[in-house]
Amino acid sequence: MSATVPVRLEVNGRAHQVDVEPRLLLVHLLRDRLGLTGTHVGCDTSNCGACTVHLDGDAVKSCTVLAAQADGCSVTTIEGMADGATLHPLQEAFWKDHGLQCGYCTPGMIMAAADLLARNPDPTEEEVRHGLEGNLCRCTGYHNIVRAVLDAAEGVRTGRIETPAPTAAGREAGEELAEEGLGA
Amino acid sequence: MSATEERVSGNGHVGRRMRRKEDPRLITGRATYVDDMNLLGQLWCAFVRSPEAHAKIVSIDKSGAEARDDVFAVYTGDDLDLASGLPMAWVPPGVEVQTPEHWPLARGEVKHVGDPVAMVVGEDRYAVIDAAEEVLVEYDPLPAVTDPHAALEDGAPLVHESLGTNKIHEWSLGGGDLDAGFAEADVTIERTVVNHRTHGGAIEPRAVLAEDRAGDLTVWSSTQVPHFLRLFLALILNVSEERIRVVAPEVGGGFGSKLQIYGEEVLCAWAARKLARPVKWVETRSESMMAQHHGRDQVATVRIGAKRDGTVTAFHTKIVADMGAYLMLLTPVIPSLGAFVMNGCYKFPAVQTDIVGVFTNKMATDAIRGAGRPEATHMIETCMDQLAAELGLDPLEVRRRNFIPAGEFPYTTALGIVYDSGNYQGTLDKLLEHLDVDAFRREQEELRAKGIHRGIGFSTYTEICGLAPSRVVGPAGVGLQTGLWESAMVRVHITGAVTVYTGTSPHGQGLETSFAQIVADRLGVDPEQVEVLHGDTSTGPQGLGTYGSRSLSVGGEAIARATEKVAAKARAIVAHSLEAAPEDIEVQDGKFIVKGSPDKGMTLAEVAGAAYIPGDQLPPDLEPGLEETAFYDPENFVFPFGAHAAIVDVDVETGKVKVVRYLAVDDCGPAINPMLIDGQLHGGIVHAIGQVLYEQVVYDDTGQLVTGTFVDYALPTAAEVPSFELDRTETPSPTNSLGVKGIGEAGTIGASAAVVNATVDALRPLGVTELQMPLSPMRVWQQIQEAQA
Ligand code: FES
Ligand code: FES
Repeated sequence: MSATVPVRLEVNGRAHQVDVEPRLLLVHLLRDRLGLTGTHVGCDTSNCGACTVHLDGDAVKSCTVLAAQADGCSVTTIEGMADGATLHPLQEAFWKDHGLQCGYCTPGMIMAAADLLARNPDPTEEEVRHGLEGNLCRCTGYHNIVRAVLDAAEGVRTGRIETPAPTAAGREAGEELAEEGLGA
Repeated sequence: MSATEERVSGNGHVGRRMRRKEDPRLITGRATYVDDMNLLGQLWCAFVRSPEAHAKIVSIDKSGAEARDDVFAVYTGDDLDLASGLPMAWVPPGVEVQTPEHWPLARGEVKHVGDPVAMVVGEDRYAVIDAAEEVLVEYDPLPAVTDPHAALEDGAPLVHESLGTNKIHEWSLGGGDLDAGFAEADVTIERTVVNHRTHGGAIEPRAVLAEDRAGDLTVWSSTQVPHFLRLFLALILNVSEERIRVVAPEVGGGFGSKLQIYGEEVLCAWAARKLARPVKWVETRSESMMAQHHGRDQVATVRIGAKRDGTVTAFHTKIVADMGAYLMLLTPVIPSLGAFVMNGCYKFPAVQTDIVGVFTNKMATDAIRGAGRPEATHMIETCMDQLAAELGLDPLEVRRRNFIPAGEFPYTTALGIVYDSGNYQGTLDKLLEHLDVDAFRREQEELRAKGIHRGIGFSTYTEICGLAPSRVVGPAGVGLQTGLWESAMVRVHITGAVTVYTGTSPHGQGLETSFAQIVADRLGVDPEQVEVLHGDTSTGPQGLGTYGSRSLSVGGEAIARATEKVAAKARAIVAHSLEAAPEDIEVQDGKFIVKGSPDKGMTLAEVAGAAYIPGDQLPPDLEPGLEETAFYDPENFVFPFGAHAAIVDVDVETGKVKVVRYLAVDDCGPAINPMLIDGQLHGGIVHAIGQVLYEQVVYDDTGQLVTGTFVDYALPTAAEVPSFELDRTETPSPTNSLGVKGIGEAGTIGASAAVVNATVDALRPLGVTELQMPLSPMRVWQQIQEAQA
């Protein structure tokens, strides 16, 4: 086994310091070491987007980022999106609009959509479709995913939430989950 | 009493667009898929797979891998002490099926790229993959055969030398007088219809975790069929069935690809027992592309005889099915499923399907969403358009002239299959309410003048699902070595909370919600207090899993029946307590009440209290407790149907086809939850659009897999598909008390022909009269060039 490198990073608001193999992928750090299994893996060529998380506020495919590259960064995963018992508007909209079936692509979709709405709070259907091109879903045919993102955007515009990124309380909730996850 | 009258809706939950009970865990990242679980002492495994399409294994040198500190064991085919190989479950009476041995690790020879040769078990996810590369296998390549027609020729390389042939079997299904039908025809057309090889594409790859503790084996697998897996593990590992528990936890999509007994599942369980440590395997996507069973891969020659007015007099199909290198669970029977509905929704008086199965040096094919019926429907519905063009008739008019009229159901087709119910004219009429074809034709003309090539195509389908009446498909019928009933157990707890155990094994369908709706209405409770458990062989009765659009019409009916038994007992308790007659008790607004006096009644919690804490309220002749089990074996299949229309634009410069509008009117009987029906259709239709336009599993002539990743195997993204315009009609099935039919595969079955027909329609003015899937830009462009030449 190769030598390890130390990585400090913040995940869903909680600070972590871990020693990892230099080749360890961020997604496996999140899943296997921190117990945050909401982030999924669906491919090995950076095509499916199931592994999407936010790295310093931008959506990235965590299967394509080395854990070591995330040193000093702040990461948000699906576990950090809800505000305690209050779901993030995108989670709410995916639920209401039946934007998921097997749910495997869903965390990645939601993280990608949050990034999309952060950049473009008032997207057209076309813009949503192109914005989610990096995320594959085999179940839903995308119809209801697109509706959910448009509905969540609507909520953002009418002032239901201020930003499509996680709230401070959401970070706290994620923090708790991360703590539970550590034992896994 | 008709099925409609029997519908129970005393509580108002059936028919409602209820949001899903399964979603909270899924949208917060707290669901548990197999790879989300890790056990203390767990080992990982990886597989060494053949890079050759066909070769003798000369030697395997494990020493490099074994020498590593982080490796526990390296196994090859010779190390396995299994009671049998991997199963194939079809023994058709009177038909010989050449069935080769199929071991989880190759013995002596590899037959396709990806065939597993060795298993490496070690300490960590990454290390086992490194170690697998240190297993040195020397191969002596043999000639490979990849084209099924070439494989049937004399002197072709044999995939299995010992069988002496590449022909797997011949199977036919026919009815009516075919010769007379063709003799009577004014025109006969013959077309080749290619239905290319596809991949299931579930976004969650396969994953297995196995643990043996003192002889009790638990296997968590991303499977659609946990009970079948337990049965076959028992047989293959020679372990008594009650010592095995199989769990399908959250499963990230199946589409048939996880309706299988895979060697990797067997091997993880076997190694966990051998090493007395938990063993886990998570498939990589590249492995998935080469080693999950593929689907389709049929070439059909379709011959239709018809009168000048479009009335079909005979329909004959010869199918050559490329089944790959091994026969897996249902490999050879898949095309036969299509043969059962080769009548389509038409009164064809004579129909015959002749199937030849062929071995090639490729991954095995098996069930993928629709399994045989998409192929059949594609043949029928593209050829109906071809027939219309030949006769100079409107394709919809030709369909109408052949439709089985709504008044003639149940209708026995020429094949002797009894279609339960239908109204094909009704779905088409409703479709045309949403789509003004004349206006479209005018628009099409105008656009053409501007150089935009837009086309419209239709498909009117029916399919056979709700698998299945055991008497028809079982050993005495079609020859599957199983029954296909389903089970349910409904347990009311003391507090009135309800747990439902189903033998189906949903993986995205939303059955926890729709089943809860069914139960809630019958017991007067909120669906929120009905928990549906599935996918665990240690809870509830024996079950058969989720596939073949069976879960609602077979599994849901079993639940309705078990619930009805519980409700009957509840009515007896209420009647006894309130001094009324049991037949006067009904469910209304959350209570069992005495008909006509809604103030007199008991909640389910009160009934449960009486049942579990026996006192005056429990009639003396009743046992305590409140739970019931039902096994339901359907009398017949169910036959959903619909009318689909696709509108496509073709860029004639590049050959690129884009679906710009898609409308569908489907009928799967009375809706339990319309939201879920729409979702199944959206996904199903996009699955078909994916096959028509983007997806194809490609092997080159030497048997190398060209489409080994999601880079080369293109699943459609959100940017490639439109939003859908859906509507429904509701024609109840008389087969079950809910009146329901399946909808999981219907979209995929109905849609492909509509897209191909639309593309041909767009290009007809350029001289293109026929197109084969996949409609890749290259192929479409070439066809345009050829037609213009
Ligand atoms: S797992 Fe990261 S893109 Fe597929
Ligand atoms: S919900 Fe199953 S892959 Fe998207």
